[in-house]
Amino acid sequence: MAETMEVEVEAAAAAEREATNSVICQLADPEGNPLGAALYLPENASPKELNQVVNKLLSNEEKLPYAFYISDEELVVQLGSYLEKNKVSVEKVLTIVYQPQAVFRIRPVTRCSATIAGHTEAVLSVAFSPDGRQLASGSGDTTVRLWDLNTQTPLFTCQGHRNWVLSVAWSPDGKHLVSGSKAGELICWDLQTGKPLGNPLTGHKKWITGISWEPVHLSAPCRRFVSASKDGDARIWDVTTRKCLICLTGHTLAITCVKWGGDGVIYTGSQDCTIKVWETTQGKLIRELKGHGHWVNSLALSTEYVLRSGAFDHTNKHFASPEEMKKVALERYNKMRGNAPERLVSGSDDFTMFLWEPAVSKHPKTRMTGHQQLVNHVYFSPDGQWIASASFDKSVKLWNGTTGKFVAAFRGHVGPVYQISWSADSRLLLSGSKDSTLKVWDIRTKKLKQDLPGHADEVFAVDWSPDGEKVASGGKDRVLKLWMG
Amino acid sequence: MPQGDYIELHRKRFGRRPDHFERKRKKDAREVHKRSQIAQKALGIKGKMFAKKRYAEKAQMKKTLAMHEESSSRRKVDDDVHEGAVPAYLMDRETTTRAKILSNTIKQKRKEKAGKWEVPLPKVRPVAEDEMFRVIRSGKRKTKQWKRMVTKATFVGAGFTRKPPKYERFIRPSGLRFTKAHVTHPELKCTFNLEIIGVKKNPNGPMYTSLGVITKGTIIEVNVSELGLVTPAGKVVWGKYAQVTNNPENDGCINAVLLV
Repeated sequence: MAETMEVEVEAAAAAEREATNSVICQLADPEGNPLGAALYLPENASPKELNQVVNKLLSNEEKLPYAFYISDEELVVQLGSYLEKNKVSVEKVLTIVYQPQAVFRIRPVTRCSATIAGHTEAVLSVAFSPDGRQLASGSGDTTVRLWDLNTQTPLFTCQGHRNWVLSVAWSPDGKHLVSGSKAGELICWDLQTGKPLGNPLTGHKKWITGISWEPVHLSAPCRRFVSASKDGDARIWDVTTRKCLICLTGHTLAITCVKWGGDGVIYTGSQDCTIKVWETTQGKLIRELKGHGHWVNSLALSTEYVLRSGAFDHTNKHFASPEEMKKVALERYNKMRGNAPERLVSGSDDFTMFLWEPAVSKHPKTRMTGHQQLVNHVYFSPDGQWIASASFDKSVKLWNGTTGKFVAAFRGHVGPVYQISWSADSRLLLSGSKDSTLKVWDIRTKKLKQDLPGHADEVFAVDWSPDGEKVASGGKDRVLKLWMG
Repeated sequence: MPQGDYIELHRKRFGRRPDHFERKRKKDAREVHKRSQIAQKALGIKGKMFAKKRYAEKAQMKKTLAMHEESSSRRKVDDDVHEGAVPAYLMDRETTTRAKILSNTIKQKRKEKAGKWEVPLPKVRPVAEDEMFRVIRSGKRKTKQWKRMVTKATFVGAGFTRKPPKYERFIRPSGLRFTKAHVTHPELKCTFNLEIIGVKKNPNGPMYTSLGVITKGTIIEVNVSELGLVTPAGKVVWGKYAQVTNNPENDGCINAVLLV
């Protein structure tokens, strides 16, 4: 409290010195908890000064960057000019919300560093490993390919599938790679030799629509993953015993998307317009989220990025043991989640999205409307502050991650937007479209940052590596492109 | 008791005659030979009828055999790898025939640079002026003969307003005006009904081009934005040239081939 007083006094003194007006401000964190008492801040205080104040109040040892928001609008100018511009009364207490920003900054990708041919059919999925050192791609030529990121050349061609490889997924500890095909089989790959580990895992009767691994903070060496299929079932598999543990049945139509949540539950979105929440030890249905009027196309969790990258972050750490990894991952997860429950957002064919808090209630928190075509892909930013949605109406829209309020629309694509991907620092968003281009959008300015033409045909899959160095994209023109900053 | 049933009864009581089955086998075995004899001997309408009957029987037999074959043999469900792979999120969406060959746009650009068009109809029949236009006599005594009416199909832009009749030299009859053309993509072999943007060139002369007269062999520009063609740089192509392949004034429609 003494510090607060000090700052207040300082602020007051500054105000006197400059002979300017001051504003009563209340700093608050994104959840709305006030930080200290209301302070008098001089009108010429800019975000830079506010940063100092917050760092001091939170008594951070290292100075962390923050962004400031007044009624959901970012403060970029001095307080005084903001008040003048928006005609805010000086007599009320002004609530300023501070949002911690990533301490690192990721350079926007600007150029194509390599165009690697190799696949003989369209590239359907690309995925960077959680540590960002490996890259896998699945294609319509029934192969999975592993790429060497240092030399930007093909490393292994993994043959074994009988039909198009629709999805590939890395385990969050980076030790396993699983791919699912149109024939309904799943194959785990040996990352050292590029050979399949044992026979394909069979059980699904139709094609695989999604794969999701159990988060590393729940079980240390990654063993279990869940796969969703067109036949309406989701199956939990064990990689070591190579068996199907549980079959989650209940959806009446195809499952389009599956996510393994950080609290140890599985979310499945289906074409029967529902989202089901499953418990993972016995495979019991614990919740059914209804609300959509058409197919559910895509799900995203507020903690998804942390779950995907596990213990790895921008610092390129190595982990000696799985236990250590588990500990670090748990730490990261808890830090990311905070006190709030996990949020889920679902995009649908009825052109809307819903924001849910499945742990709290079975009713949606908000309905997000605005798209004029179906929503194909939704994605939470790594810090959970934003939701981005890609739609067939050629736009990408940005929404507030906590309240679900509309923030901005990114227009520029001339074809349906298929996939989006966030940079690890949540400052940039990448979108790939049917119009054969990729575009990088700046979240701060809400503008197009970079246009990346180069593909000769539709872009089906994009991924931004978790370390932020590279972007990989693949599409109908059969080449894999790597982009760099 | 019906008469026929005595036979049944007898058979039940005493069985068939001892050589019945052998006789039956032999009769069946001879039957085919007998039938073939008839087939060879039968003449005229009877022969025709017999042949038709036999053919139908054989076809039926083949079908039944094939059906039995199918039900007994275990085949795999359609799991061969198809062309045109799409990601999982597009699997259930209905695919429209998309007219998109990217190399075409490049080819077209090259041709444009060369300034020469290789067109499907390289030579056209020249159309004389008196075929193209009909003289309209005007004036009180119908002595003035400076007005012309175009007797061919024309394209008139959306914003066109007729000149006052006193000054209108060329009349383009509204019955022969066209706004749409059936354009065939030669490589995709599919036809679209597309809007006409303009007449690029009428081979009969620049005057006809400026009048918007559409005859066989005319190059027209059509709106292809519906087809979703995209340049490699990601821009949408919306105008493309097509050559008219029919005589629109005779057919009442315009058929054209897209120049790719």
